[in-house]
Amino acid sequence: MAADAYAIELRGISKSFGSVAANKNINLNLRKGEILALLGENGSGKTTLMNMLSGIYTPDSGSIFIEGKEVRITSPDDAGKLGIGMVHQHFKLIERFTAADNIWIGKKDSGFLLKNSRNKEIEKIAAQFGFDIDPTKLVMNMSVSEKQTLEIIKVLCYGAKVIILDEPTAVLTIQETKKLFDVCRKMKESGHSIIIITHKLNEVMEISDRVAIMRKGEYIDTVESSKTSEKELTELMVGHKVDLNIDRPIIEKTKPLLEIRDICIDKDEGTPAVDKMSFYIRGGEVLGVAGIAGSGQKELCEAIAGLRKIKSGKIIHKGENLVGKSSKQISELGIAMSFIPEDRLGMGLAPSLSVADNVMLKNYSDSFGFMVDRKKARKEAHEIVDQLSIVTPSVDTPVRRLSGGNVQKVLLGREIKSAPNVLVTAYPVRGLDINSSYTIYGIINEQKKKGVGVLFIGEDLDVMLALCDKIMVMCHGKLMGVVHANKTDKEQLGLMMTGALNLVDAKEGKTAGIAKDSAFTPEEWEEATDMSEGGSEE
Amino acid sequence: MMLDVITLFIFNIVIYSIPLLYATCGEIVIEKSGSLNLGVEGTMAIGAVFGFLAGCSANSLPVALLVSFITAALVGAIFSLFTITLQANQNVTGLTITTIGVAVYFFVGNALGKDWPYLPDADKFVQQSSAIEIPGLSQIPLVGKAFFSHNILVYLAVVIAILLWLYFEKTSVGLKLRAIGENPGAADSLGVHIVKYKYLHIMLGSGIMGIGGLYMGLNLGGTFEGSNCWINGYGWIAIALVIFANWSTSKAIFGTFVFGFFNTLRIYNAPLAATFPNALGWLSKIPAQFFSALPFIVTLIVLIVSSMRKSKNSNCPTAIGLNYYREDR
Repeated sequence: MAADAYAIELRGISKSFGSVAANKNINLNLRKGEILALLGENGSGKTTLMNMLSGIYTPDSGSIFIEGKEVRITSPDDAGKLGIGMVHQHFKLIERFTAADNIWIGKKDSGFLLKNSRNKEIEKIAAQFGFDIDPTKLVMNMSVSEKQTLEIIKVLCYGAKVIILDEPTAVLTIQETKKLFDVCRKMKESGHSIIIITHKLNEVMEISDRVAIMRKGEYIDTVESSKTSEKELTELMVGHKVDLNIDRPIIEKTKPLLEIRDICIDKDEGTPAVDKMSFYIRGGEVLGVAGIAGSGQKELCEAIAGLRKIKSGKIIHKGENLVGKSSKQISELGIAMSFIPEDRLGMGLAPSLSVADNVMLKNYSDSFGFMVDRKKARKEAHEIVDQLSIVTPSVDTPVRRLSGGNVQKVLLGREIKSAPNVLVTAYPVRGLDINSSYTIYGIINEQKKKGVGVLFIGEDLDVMLALCDKIMVMCHGKLMGVVHANKTDKEQLGLMMTGALNLVDAKEGKTAGIAKDSAFTPEEWEEATDMSEGGSEE
Repeated sequence: MMLDVITLFIFNIVIYSIPLLYATCGEIVIEKSGSLNLGVEGTMAIGAVFGFLAGCSANSLPVALLVSFITAALVGAIFSLFTITLQANQNVTGLTITTIGVAVYFFVGNALGKDWPYLPDADKFVQQSSAIEIPGLSQIPLVGKAFFSHNILVYLAVVIAILLWLYFEKTSVGLKLRAIGENPGAADSLGVHIVKYKYLHIMLGSGIMGIGGLYMGLNLGGTFEGSNCWINGYGWIAIALVIFANWSTSKAIFGTFVFGFFNTLRIYNAPLAATFPNALGWLSKIPAQFFSALPFIVTLIVLIVSSMRKSKNSNCPTAIGLNYYREDR
């Protein structure tokens, strides 16, 4: 194939941040009109490499060729002029602006005055590419998938021939992903070349023509998608053979450890986040919570941990109502929570404190007297580091210097250290690569074997189907139903996540989320059944 | 007599609110670009001292205006250099500018000030900055004289406030500027030149503050004697007024008027009490110190009330106070 047949060719690209080499001598090419998947573990340098194409970073060495001609890209402006557009993982949209204005910012011949006719103009351009948008809708009122569509329109508007999508499916439901892939195929047909970054192997196999694999900042290989398998791709990505099966040990389940009945919680703005949800967690089971981001998962976690006010409803743990108790009292009762927010450092850990100090945060007040017992904390920190094989220079290293996976292990390790009865864990593998993820799954299964009830709030449905015993689906703060993981599939879950399928009302005489062998006391039972009509009494 | 007192009272409200309007508009321009400049007080002081002295020496108001604008804009350039190019903390840089600006004011005005030209000697300067009565409008009874017989700088402030509002809301450049204040990463990815926009607008905003300083020098100061700087805390009130005006220069016109009212009360409580002994006689019983503190007390209340306002309705630029560095990870 002639050299100019490549839409983009990278030769010997290197980039380092300080002493850390993010990209080492990368050679990569993208054919015209193909969809190339870029695969690699966290920190393998995929996004860094793509940011060099989009002008966010400039390479330290190496050269970039576009259609056979060498180019220099020093700013996003340059990239735009060369026809490269990138849809970033964290959308680059202005929440307070309308859809049209978000596009208008980048327009070169926009004129001095801001005329209302710009809305029509943008609508027309979007229609040319086959998108139907409301130009005056504010971004803050858009769903994730709408925002992504807007990003794609933005990129197309500015004449991009090469489109880079950085983990576009991470935040989408199955149905939305399908829609996105249809858009990708359409763009491909109209002559665009696409690079798509994703962690999900099944998606790679579905959408891409070729797959380029990166590992630890180095380029490994590019293979034809039709001639490879998920197993081979994983091995190329990780560098050694891996077992892709997630264990689901079957443990004898105990009575409900935590029962939640008709709980209502508000968001910060005062709008309802969780609306009359009922569910329970037994000891020795993992209950998964599936739902589109922002469906009330965060508020639910915070409410269980006592960090958020509960408007109405009950949380019963071993015959005790947790509503109204402080977070400290709740944690002393054996309910541990670990929440990994989007920025992965925001909650639960103090980034500048050392590993030992962070471990101490949970129980510093147990030590006698005015001073803290640092010796004990260090001992505990050492135990956690050994147990979970956390990679850290020492327990005195500030947490922010650790890599993402290790930070998450510290958080989970500290919560487990308190020997909880119930473990609430939200997005524990958020942003982690395959190896670290499997370590975390192992930790969760270990807790389950000890008889702990685990509430697992997750993103990846494949993982939840394999790991959880039951999966509860939320949509806009409402319970859509609880299903057995081995009796459902992704399609059904996806429909429930978007609210298209509601199993709560579907089953006659049995309300999902209410245990038959309830731990509620008779009078609580009465009160609760009064509130939720049709609750089963057995 | 009674009507005169009211007219005079309103007249003075205008006089006291105008420097705040300059300062508030200047700060809004800067904050729209995503920077928080706490150096308003210092920037105004520099614009005041240099503008005033240049005006007196050259015996010309246009020279005074130009010099106050340029010197203050240079202070803005220093702020930009530190916070944009060198990525220094904006709060610390702003505070430093306040400290240095006020210090320069005293150094130039007091320590070096033996042979400075004297305002009454600069007859043309005085004449150019004297009141202009707007024909027709100034004849309206009661309020005509109060609003429409001021010097040119008063009218200029209102014109600037309205022009800036149009600039932000009705031009493409203004849209790009707001985009930077909201999400510089997004603006950058669309090819908006962040550094250029920020430098220019910080300098523009600072320059406007400088004119506010000059105005204070002309109307409220005129002499460097005494231990108070002409600006006397107005720069700080302006920072609060930005929040009160919800980052809108047109709302700032009314916002500053409210503050002007409390300031005027400090000076005019005695005449008011004397003219209306029955209704306002109680004013004279309040100690003068309370009136001096009043604008700052009101500032405090305004800040408390505005922070209770639902954040959704706030127009505060999302990326305010955050330095932008493209290669940041």
